[in-house]
Amino acid sequence: MAEPNAVLNKPEQQPTREQELIARVQRGESELFYELVQPYERRVYAAALAILRNETDAEDVAQEAVLKAFANIRQFRAEARFSTWLIQITVNEALMRRRRERTVTMEAIDERREEESDYAPRDFADWREIPSEALERKEVRQKLAQALASLDRKYREVFVLRDMEQLNIQETAEALGISIASVKTRLLRARLMLRDLLAGGWEQGWFSRLPFEKGTKPW
Amino acid sequence: MVNLEAVNCEKVWREISNYLEGDVDAALRAAMDEHFHTCKRCASVLEGTRNVIQLYSDERMIEVPSGFGRRLERRLAQNARLSSRRWSTWSAWLVPVAALALITGGLRLANSLTSSHPMKSEHAQQAHDIPPDMLVVVSVDAKVFHAPGCDFIHNKDKVRTLTAQEAIQQGYIPCLRCMRKYLETTARRPTILGSEARAGADEDEDEDRGHGER
Repeated sequence: MAEPNAVLNKPEQQPTREQELIARVQRGESELFYELVQPYERRVYAAALAILRNETDAEDVAQEAVLKAFANIRQFRAEARFSTWLIQITVNEALMRRRRERTVTMEAIDERREEESDYAPRDFADWREIPSEALERKEVRQKLAQALASLDRKYREVFVLRDMEQLNIQETAEALGISIASVKTRLLRARLMLRDLLAGGWEQGWFSRLPFEKGTKPW
Repeated sequence: MVNLEAVNCEKVWREISNYLEGDVDAALRAAMDEHFHTCKRCASVLEGTRNVIQLYSDERMIEVPSGFGRRLERRLAQNARLSSRRWSTWSAWLVPVAALALITGGLRLANSLTSSHPMKSEHAQQAHDIPPDMLVVVSVDAKVFHAPGCDFIHNKDKVRTLTAQEAIQQGYIPCLRCMRKYLETTARRPTILGSEARAGADEDEDEDRGHGER
């Protein structure tokens, strides 16, 4: 059995070049800033999209977040991961945008709802491994994206920040302003729901089943 | 001795995410490992969950609109041009202030040569170099004062203007960023005081971290 954490913690790429870039930008070489953020620009966009669910807004917020990171680069501390810092700024921007633009009532009800009770996996068939090479195929990526998009907001956000953006549990909690316990509960549920949504799809054609319905229980 | 009976399927489902995070204690991990060996259903849940995490963590799962990077780069370049223009406007009125500071600074230099009190902190050091009649701004909910136009003013909508002396008397401390810039501009004099200001400016600032927006 593979080491469970191996898939969860990717090593940072080229830390020395990054540290050098940060120091130089902090000293005023602002033209190097794009080189510094470029490796993460896709993740910045994905974080904004996970929260806003609208491509135009996500791009706008992604740009604003990068500008804000630039304006505050001197506050960045070497002991933090630059990518994490950047993503947290992005999440903050996106949440502010959403608060400004959405009706308060809908959000308030959603936020106040208690965590739902335990989620039981519903598909126990032997898991057919979906190899990462399958991601070369556009329709596979689309199916995965659709499955993710079908999750409730609170599950989707936690899953994206932890499993796609590689923030740790605590950073995810801080970015979203929720407790560590909530992050863990939502993450568990998001992962199990995605597994159920994708189970059996790989060899039998994707998603012949009905999309996951909110609140349904397998038994 | 681990009580394997304590781990049933429901418990495994509740902990499976923590298990993958490495966030379960050794006894529970051992009990779960044992359970996965004997329960095909839970082993399938584990494999699927691990596979899901693996797939979504792949960079290829993130698709951005075409031209996204180019537009971002352009926006950054525009921003850099704008801020350099803002800086030249700001530096234009800074010249007479700097000239004034040179005079008062010179006087203070004369004093500092006769008395050598060690400064408590970089903040204290900077506070001593700022001309008392310089106009600065403070915002209602922060304890830092800034040069007008500083990017790090917290809550820009609620600021008031006062002199540096008043600000210090009221317990405000200088912003290490804009005041550093200010002092570097005024401290272009080849004096002991000037080199002190620059040496202080090379250090990182901690005290007013968090006042700027994150």
